[in-house]
Amino acid sequence: MAAIEQLAKEYEAARNDPEFTAELTDLLKNYAARPTLLSEAKRFGREFAGGARVLLKREDLAHTGSHKINNVLGQVLLTKRMGKTRVIAETGAGQHGVATATACALLGLECVVYMGEEDTRRQALNVSRMRMLGATVVPVTAGTRTLKDAMNEAFRDWVTTVDDTHYCIGSVGGPHPFPMMVRDFQRVIGIEARQQVLELAGRLPDAVVACVGGGSNAIGIFHAFIPDEGVRLIGCEAGGDGDGRPERSAATLTLGTPGVLHGMRTYVLQDAEGQTLDTHSISAGLDYPGVGPEHSWLKDAGRAEYRSVSDSEAMEGFAALCKTEGIIPALESAHAVAGAMRLGRELGPDALILVNLSGRGDKDVATASAYFGV
Amino acid sequence: MSTVAVAFEKAAAEDRAALVGYLPAGFPDKQTAIRAALAMAEAGADVIEVGLPYSDPLMDGPVIADAVYRALKGGTKIADVFDLVSAIADAGTAAVVMTYWNPVDHYGVDAFARDLAGAGGAGLITPDLTPEEAQPWLDASDARGLDRVFLVAPSSPPARVAAITGLCRGFVYAVSLMGITGARDAVSSSAAGVVARIREHTDLPAAVGLGVSTGAQAREVAGFADGVIVGSAFVRRLAQAGTPAEAVAAVRDLTADLAQGVRRG
Repeated sequence: MAAIEQLAKEYEAARNDPEFTAELTDLLKNYAARPTLLSEAKRFGREFAGGARVLLKREDLAHTGSHKINNVLGQVLLTKRMGKTRVIAETGAGQHGVATATACALLGLECVVYMGEEDTRRQALNVSRMRMLGATVVPVTAGTRTLKDAMNEAFRDWVTTVDDTHYCIGSVGGPHPFPMMVRDFQRVIGIEARQQVLELAGRLPDAVVACVGGGSNAIGIFHAFIPDEGVRLIGCEAGGDGDGRPERSAATLTLGTPGVLHGMRTYVLQDAEGQTLDTHSISAGLDYPGVGPEHSWLKDAGRAEYRSVSDSEAMEGFAALCKTEGIIPALESAHAVAGAMRLGRELGPDALILVNLSGRGDKDVATASAYFGV
Repeated sequence: MSTVAVAFEKAAAEDRAALVGYLPAGFPDKQTAIRAALAMAEAGADVIEVGLPYSDPLMDGPVIADAVYRALKGGTKIADVFDLVSAIADAGTAAVVMTYWNPVDHYGVDAFARDLAGAGGAGLITPDLTPEEAQPWLDASDARGLDRVFLVAPSSPPARVAAITGLCRGFVYAVSLMGITGARDAVSSSAAGVVARIREHTDLPAAVGLGVSTGAQAREVAGFADGVIVGSAFVRRLAQAGTPAEAVAAVRDLTADLAQGVRRG
C-alpha cells in the first residue's frame, strides 16, 4: 500500500509538472514516431467490411511495433523521477515487455520481464528482442503459465524490491493509480485519431473499434470519443473457441462477473467459488481473465459495447488485412479487424469505422503459419 | 471473548508466545489436511490458520502457491475449508481462516461470516483486503462476533498502522519483512520494529509471520512478539512426505519443536 500511495503522489506531481510533460512529449515525437498515421483501408473495407469506409490508426508503426511504448515511456520517466533504478514488467504477447526493455535501454535502467512459460514459447521472437535489448526475461511456470501468472509473479517481486524498483504495469489494470495513469499515457492515441479522422473524412466516425485484453489500447483510443455521444465505442474481446464457454475464452466483459483481481474491482472470469478461471485465446496478449476497471464502468454505464471475437474470426481478419492492405496485424489487433468486418456488414457502405491497429504481427508469423498451414 | 483471544491470553499467562500454525485445506488431500491439523493441535499449536486455497495467491511464495494450486486441482471447495475449521474447533483449538478476498466477496460476505461462525471458526486473516474496502466485512464480523486480522507491513506508515490496528480483533498480523511467504535463513531484522510500532497503537497481541520455520527462530521471535506464525515450513513437510501417515507425523514433530521454541528460554 505504501508503494502505490507513493506512486499516486509522485504521478500526480509529475502530470502537473510542465518539464515532465515536455520531456514525455519530446520522446513520443522524436523517439516513438508520434503522431502515428491514420490509413484508409480501401480494399479491405470494400471486400471484407460490407463496403464501409475503414480507417486504421497505425499504432503498429510506433517504435517497437505497438501502442505499448506510449505508456512505457511515461512510466519509465516517472521511475527516473522517483529515483528508482530497476523496472519490472509482466508481458503476455511480449509487446509490453519489448517496449519496457526498450525504454530501459534508452534511459539506462535495469529491466526484468516476467512472462508465462507458455507465452515465451508462442511469442519467441519477442523473448529474443527483450534479451537483445538487455532485459532479463523470467519464464513463469505457475498456474496456466500465461499473462495472469506473469502478473502474479511481478507483484511478488515488487513487494520484495519496492525500495529501488518500479512495477511498470502494461495495461489499464491493477491497483490505483495504474488504471488511471496508463489510461492517461494512452489517451494520445484517441486525441490524435479524432483530429485525423475529422481532417480526412470531415466528420466523426460512426464507431471506434479496438481489441480488449486488459484494455489499454482500447481505452487509449476510446477516451477522446467518450463525450461524442453519436460515436459507438466497440471493444472486441478474445472469444477463443467461440462456443460460449468462459474457460475456453478470455471474454471477460462478455462472459465474466464482478469480482476482485490484481487489486482492482472489475469483471472477472471466475467459477462459482470465486476462483479465477483458466483462459484461452490464440492471442497471448488478450489471454487474461480480468479487464481494466474503466471498461467495466463503460460497459455498466452503457457507453461502450463489448463483443466476443473467436480465434477463427480473428484469423480471418488477420488474413484479410494481410491480403488486401499489405499489413500484417498482431493477433491481438486482428480481433479488432475482425470486429470491424462484422460491424461493416451490419452498418453497410455509408458507415465510417475507425479501427485501432494496436500492433504489428511479426511476432505472430509462426502461429499464423501453423494455423493456415503455409 | 473469541477462542483466539483466549488462546493468546493462555499463552501470555504461561509467559510464552502463542504458536499459530498454517495449513491449507485440501492439501495434500482433504482427510490428510484434517489429520495434520489435529496433530498440530495436539502437539501444541494454540491457533490454527486454515488457508482457503485461491487461484492467485499473490502474497505466497512457491511452497504455499504450489500447494494451494494442487489443492484446487484436487477439487478443494470452500465447504472443505469449513469442514477443516469444524474439525479443529471440535477438538477445542482456535481456528481462523486465511483468505484472499475474492472468494469471500463472491460467496457473499454475510453468508461467509454466517457459515464460518457456524463451523466454529473464530475469524479471518485477510491479506489483500484494505481498510478502505473493508466495511462489509466489518459489519458482517460484528454481526457474527468474528475476529478480523489485518496485516501490518514494515512499510506501513504510522497513520496506516493506527488505522489497521483500529480495525483488528483477536490479534494483529505483523509481517516480518517486505516479501512473500517462505522459509528464510534468519529472522528479519525489521520484525521487532513492526511489533513495536503495532504496540504504539493497540493492546491486541501482535503475531509475527513470514520467514519463521524452526524452533530456534520461534524462540527469537517469542522474545519480542505475542505470537509466532509458521506456514511454509509445515506445508513443505506435507509436500515432501511420501505417505499421509508420514505427512501427519512430520507436522506433529515440527509443531512440537516450535512449541518448545515459543517458551522463551
